[in-house]
Amino acid sequence: MSYLAYTVKSIPSGARKILYLNWPLVLLIMAVAGIGFLMLYSIPGGSLEPWALPQIKRFAFGLALMFIVAMIPIWFWRNISGLCYFCGILLLITVELLGITSQGAQRWIAIGSFRFQPSEFMKITLIMLLASYYDWLSTHRVSHIVWVLIPVCLITLPAALVLFQPDLGTALLLLLAGSATMFIAGVHWGYFVAVIVSFIALVAAVFQSRGTNWQLLENYQYRRIDTFLDPDSDLLGAGYHITQSKIAFGSGGWTGRGFMQGTQTRLNFLPEKHTDFIFTTLAEEFGFVGTASLLALYVMIIIACIITGLTTRDRFAMILALGIGVTFFLFFSVNMAMVTGRLPVVGVPLPLVSYGGSAMIVLMLAFGLVQSAHIHRPR
Amino acid sequence: METNPKEIERAYRTINRRTLILGGAQLVLVAGLGHRMHYLQIEQSDEFRLLAEKNRINIRLIAPIRGKIFDKDGRIIADNAPSYRIVAVREEAEDIYATINKLGQIIELDKDFLSRALEELDRHPPFVQVTIAERVNWKDVATIAVNSPALPGIKPEVGFTRVYPYRKDFAHIVGYVGPVSDFDLKTIKEPDQVLRMPRFQIGKVGLEAKKEDVLRGKAGSKRVEVNAAGRVMRELELREGQSGADVQITIDAKLQAYVQARLGEQSASAIVIDLVSGGLLAIASSPSYDPNKFVTGISTADYKTLLQNQFRPLASKSVQGIYPPGSTFKMIVALAALEDQLISPTDTVHCPGYFEISGRKFYCWKQSGHGQVDLYNAIKQSCDVFFFSLAEKIGQDRIVAMAKKFGLGIKHDIPMSAVASGLVPNQDWKRRIHSENWMVGDTVNASIGQGFMLASPLQLAVMTARLATGKKIIPHIIKTIDGIHQPNVSAEPLDLNNTNLQLVRQAMYAVSNERRGTAYHSRIINEDKQLAGKTGTSQVRNISAKERSTGVRSNADLPWEQRDHALFVNFAPFTNPRIAVAVVVEHGGSGSSTAAPIARDITLQVLYDGLPPLSAYPSRDREQIKEQQERIRDFIPLAETDSRERA
Repeated sequence: MSYLAYTVKSIPSGARKILYLNWPLVLLIMAVAGIGFLMLYSIPGGSLEPWALPQIKRFAFGLALMFIVAMIPIWFWRNISGLCYFCGILLLITVELLGITSQGAQRWIAIGSFRFQPSEFMKITLIMLLASYYDWLSTHRVSHIVWVLIPVCLITLPAALVLFQPDLGTALLLLLAGSATMFIAGVHWGYFVAVIVSFIALVAAVFQSRGTNWQLLENYQYRRIDTFLDPDSDLLGAGYHITQSKIAFGSGGWTGRGFMQGTQTRLNFLPEKHTDFIFTTLAEEFGFVGTASLLALYVMIIIACIITGLTTRDRFAMILALGIGVTFFLFFSVNMAMVTGRLPVVGVPLPLVSYGGSAMIVLMLAFGLVQSAHIHRPR
Repeated sequence: METNPKEIERAYRTINRRTLILGGAQLVLVAGLGHRMHYLQIEQSDEFRLLAEKNRINIRLIAPIRGKIFDKDGRIIADNAPSYRIVAVREEAEDIYATINKLGQIIELDKDFLSRALEELDRHPPFVQVTIAERVNWKDVATIAVNSPALPGIKPEVGFTRVYPYRKDFAHIVGYVGPVSDFDLKTIKEPDQVLRMPRFQIGKVGLEAKKEDVLRGKAGSKRVEVNAAGRVMRELELREGQSGADVQITIDAKLQAYVQARLGEQSASAIVIDLVSGGLLAIASSPSYDPNKFVTGISTADYKTLLQNQFRPLASKSVQGIYPPGSTFKMIVALAALEDQLISPTDTVHCPGYFEISGRKFYCWKQSGHGQVDLYNAIKQSCDVFFFSLAEKIGQDRIVAMAKKFGLGIKHDIPMSAVASGLVPNQDWKRRIHSENWMVGDTVNASIGQGFMLASPLQLAVMTARLATGKKIIPHIIKTIDGIHQPNVSAEPLDLNNTNLQLVRQAMYAVSNERRGTAYHSRIINEDKQLAGKTGTSQVRNISAKERSTGVRSNADLPWEQRDHALFVNFAPFTNPRIAVAVVVEHGGSGSSTAAPIARDITLQVLYDGLPPLSAYPSRDREQIKEQQERIRDFIPLAETDSRERA
């Protein structure tokens, strides 16, 4: 059954679509974004500038985008997913050639004053393409080796391009999100076991290669791994960030030090406090109550995505909504694990909360797709 | 595209199942994250809270103001004078280096210090204050203040530095302060944090070092909140420190200045002790040095000069110097004999100029001999043979016991550096140190304060004080601390027969006031101020038999370091003793010619509380005394005006 088989009459039309939105998801997104505004207001000492106001504007723009995407029938998005993927790859190549370098990595494309990260965009288009691929693919062939290798190539191509920027964090996220989508689609679990085993082998290779001419990672990435493994070894250098982050995080206690009272944040001990480490600021100022609440909100967002995914009857919509849910999970869990010292500092922002344009817009687009799937599901 | 409904249903089931598995996995991971948060925020919370506080709170010490030192009448001896330094803050000027250049054109800056400061400026964050010049005079500070609009980021700051207005006069008593050295930090157990402050100074020698604990005070502290770069964001708490306690000493600055001036550049020392309180009124040692030079950092050349001077200006001879007491010890021997009734006052001895015992000849200072002498005359004329003849009868043990009673061979507890304990030897000592048995000859030598006997001027003064009062006077120099009178041990009676003491005192009176007394030339005319004393001339070399036969060489013919030490001890006034004095002039020749006149002048200075009238002196000395007073007068008023200005 595909969208052609839908009883088109059962799909709401025009402005009525708004009533059929996944409203709990909308509210959850707004709640999480609201927490983000609060933190961005708190970090510069209670000021809308320089972060809170641009973030609010961006979110408003993203919200509008989400509604627009939601209004457009899901089958349209299925049809253009190949095109989106192609554009994404093209942009990644462009950024490689003439992108803006920032902090040792080429990640940005500037169009006028607007800066844009193609790698963020890639996360969503990859899921879209994989979803439409499995929608198209006969269920018999899902686990066939040839039909497995094709999506593997579709995943590794953008991941490799992102890795060369170099942006290890996003590359890994792409790999994980793609694999998870394949898993949802029903690819035989044996493949995953094989991949996990070979991944372990790869990690071993990465460490073995260190210091040789064919070193697989950049030095700064190795150092980040070292720092992760033993942050105390270099308290003022590489380990400084994670140590200070843990101090800030832990000093929150049950209820935190109070809104705008986080000393680690206010006195600049905390690095990147408005972007990657914003969760730490939340932890310091609102304590365990704050962090657990945000975690709960995130979980509810995923549940909302899963509900949409499981209630729709279209394979593309299902895989897309579930894939986006998993991707979202990867976003926040990697960030949280990172700032609490459980993963290396790989530069993954906290979704919907960290200051930053591309990630926010892409996420809102993704939620727009989920909403579209929700509205246009068969009843 | 799948069209078979059965297959589609199967595919849905697969997706549902997979979603369930993935959802379960996510739930496990979320639980893991939740657990991690709980661990950091709840279980480890206290530790991290502490670390966060450590991060943000810095404790800045505020140096306490050191206690001042006053003399017995409240004249300032050690003061804290404002001292200015110039500091620069990089961020407060557009170009601090240009500004410093400009400053260098207005006032003179120490080049070495400045280049070090510039390096520091580069190294530190822009808000850190760096000292670019120290000990800037008031004129330069005023210049900077006037030009301050043109010198952004540069400002003068005031601190305190130790000043000793009496300069040389109190160097040996009070000592000086200096910056804390690594050695100091190592030797002090659990050093106070304040010692690690840059530029902090502690007492190095003398009273400054001995009373460091009371003078230093307690550092205050300022708790400030700093950001990650170290910039102070706000002050959290100010804990006031406690200034050091003021110390008042028993020394009379005016007298001290006089005594130092009277000793001049001779290698000499003098002590004046108050018989009522036991307080020391003057502790002089010459030559002296200017302690202010040590506070600011003495130059190597100056320091070398001090070290190479054979008169040892750095040594505090009055308490550190030990000398054979010579004839000043005879009163002790006499009392040892009288107390045990080994002789009677009327016993006489014939002095032919020498005394022979165990085949060895001991010579009297007067080669022609004193003839028939009793105890009174033996002290008055300082006959050695009389005491030689007593030696064996008394024995060293009695001599030692009596000497200890009078504070010889005992370290007096006064807060000055390296107070000497002197030496009153006995048989055990000689066996231990020299691995030899005690000989009668040793006792014979000890009977006139020679041989192994050693005493410091302080000990001699205390001995004289005890003779004069018959009480166990305990010397001290601290009068008040923080305005509170320091309790003195009240002097107990010595438990000696008063008749014997009186006899010895009478003999001492005769020394100074009767014809043929060894110090008759240095007498005082006014009857109510007359002194009773004893000369001492202690040998520092052995006179060989050959030299005896050809005539003993006079002091004038000898090199300085072989000449006899000149000693004199006295108390005064004889009728109602108020003070005891001890004077030692190293290699000064004879006690009667060198030490006695100094002691008399000091005595008169105390009794008249200023320069005495010439009428106090024997008429034939007056011309010379007048000249001497003219010379010394220059020093005294200086000290007086100085103190009055400060008060």
